[in-house]
Amino acid sequence: MQNRKAAANAIIYPLLVVFAIITLIPFAHMLAGALKTKFDYAATLFLPAGDGFLGIGWDRITLDNFVRLFELDIGRAMLNSLFLSSVHAILTVLFCSMGGYALAKLRFKGREFVTTLVLTALIIPGPLLLAPGFQLLYQLGLLNTYTGLLLPGLTPAFGVFLFRQAMLNGVPNELIEAARIDGAGEARIFFELVLPLVRPMMGAFLMISFMGTWNNFINPQIVLQSPDLQPLSVALNNLKGLYGTDYALIMAGTIVSISPVMCIFLLLQREFIAGLTGGAVKG
Amino acid sequence: MKRLNYAPWLFLAPFLLLFSLFTVWPLIHSMFLSMQQTYGPGRTEWVGLHNFKFLLTDPLFWKATSNTVKFAAGSLFIQLPVALGLALLLNRPGLRGRAYFRLIFFAPSLVGMPFVAMLFAPIFARHTGLLNKTLNYFVSSWPIDFAWTQNYVMSALIIAALWMSAGFNMVYFLAALQNVSRDLIEAAEIDGAGAWHKFWHITLPEIMPIAGFVTLLSVIASFQLFELSYIMLNDSAGPDNRGLTIVMYLYQTGFEAGDLGYASSIGWVLAIMLISIALIQRRILKRHEDR
Repeated sequence: MQNRKAAANAIIYPLLVVFAIITLIPFAHMLAGALKTKFDYAATLFLPAGDGFLGIGWDRITLDNFVRLFELDIGRAMLNSLFLSSVHAILTVLFCSMGGYALAKLRFKGREFVTTLVLTALIIPGPLLLAPGFQLLYQLGLLNTYTGLLLPGLTPAFGVFLFRQAMLNGVPNELIEAARIDGAGEARIFFELVLPLVRPMMGAFLMISFMGTWNNFINPQIVLQSPDLQPLSVALNNLKGLYGTDYALIMAGTIVSISPVMCIFLLLQREFIAGLTGGAVKG
Repeated sequence: MKRLNYAPWLFLAPFLLLFSLFTVWPLIHSMFLSMQQTYGPGRTEWVGLHNFKFLLTDPLFWKATSNTVKFAAGSLFIQLPVALGLALLLNRPGLRGRAYFRLIFFAPSLVGMPFVAMLFAPIFARHTGLLNKTLNYFVSSWPIDFAWTQNYVMSALIIAALWMSAGFNMVYFLAALQNVSRDLIEAAEIDGAGAWHKFWHITLPEIMPIAGFVTLLSVIASFQLFELSYIMLNDSAGPDNRGLTIVMYLYQTGFEAGDLGYASSIGWVLAIMLISIALIQRRILKRHEDR
């Protein structure tokens, strides 16, 4: 038995390491590419060759691509992305947790109907709403505005549903009743009692919403026309259209685009994974 | 007691208002829109069911559908087994460094779809691409043009999506595997069951509910493929529409050609496909549970 286990480990570890390396190669390729000049990019696969330590030309490494990126006004796009994603994440968490709370913990006529509505909405595919949604924004005069980009996505049924599930089990009814008897108002009960109990869910959904907006491409591409309003995804793709073969520059742009999300993830990692696998959240 | 009557509606107000305005209304409107031909958002003309009739014989739509189905098959038969395989490897009791491996495998799913496309476009590039240069060492001295040959275009997209999504689905599989009862496995071991037998008869049925859910989400997401193909092929469907997908065709007709009516009919056909897939999948799972 012990031998068989050792033999299995001798296969599993190398296998895992190989898969890990394969997974990391595109990252390494991007990182190395962003630090090279255009000439070195075509000449070598990863870091530029030279006669420095490990046969690498360390002196040829350059931050020039990043400098050029910001000269091309990608900083503006980054601020746009940061603003859009933060506003979207905060409002979405607020509105979805409010809705989820009403459906999970408050008794009222029509609760079954609204719950069915939320469940039905889960199956509506996003692309179906693209064309009519665009015409609606046109009629409301909201094209090329952040209001038009943000408003339609602020209350995803998916979010209301997640918060409903988390609160159904995670928030004891007795606690709410006790607070009511003590004379606490409904708003106070929600903000000071209920929300703290579902903090892991809030963390996870904050992250999901932030990433959703940060990585969204089709909506800003359709709704926004002015270049100075574009978020990173669209701005960088436009840059790719102009400087398509300058891969080193695009790679620097990709690094700038994905690192904020990576950093936030490392900070919120535990909550995020717990929230992702859903239902596992306990109050 | 009286305040309880309107409090729920106040809590639900943001959802109900925005949902009615930006989901229910466009949904109803799109039914009418799908029977019109539009020239930009302002000018329309009523054409009845013509859009749907045209759609059924539109070679571009069928091309897009066949490409999309190929891509979905890739995620179903390649990406999900890889994700499950990784989860099984990581689920081994007493494995050291599990948290690090999990983090590494999960990392690509933090890169959003548009950025995955930008990251992989240079890897697949014809002369300077990492993949072609590496292949040249081993196999041929001829670079493959991934944007040119039909099967290569779809393979490139499937590879990029595999890199992006395998770790994400692995997290779900891993969570499911960790809930499989140890007692069942140990009982089977005492009965002398082999590894394959244990997997097929105990682990797989136990993780079926989550596996079914992950499969459905993957297939639905695959059917909505757009950014990966659009950005990797430089804002186009590629030569001879080799990378055209259903949502890209919807985008092109609605927002490049300006026919929101025809785009709406494509949207409805896509919705019908997705709902049918969900229903079929539910029946398969049900039958599995009844057994």
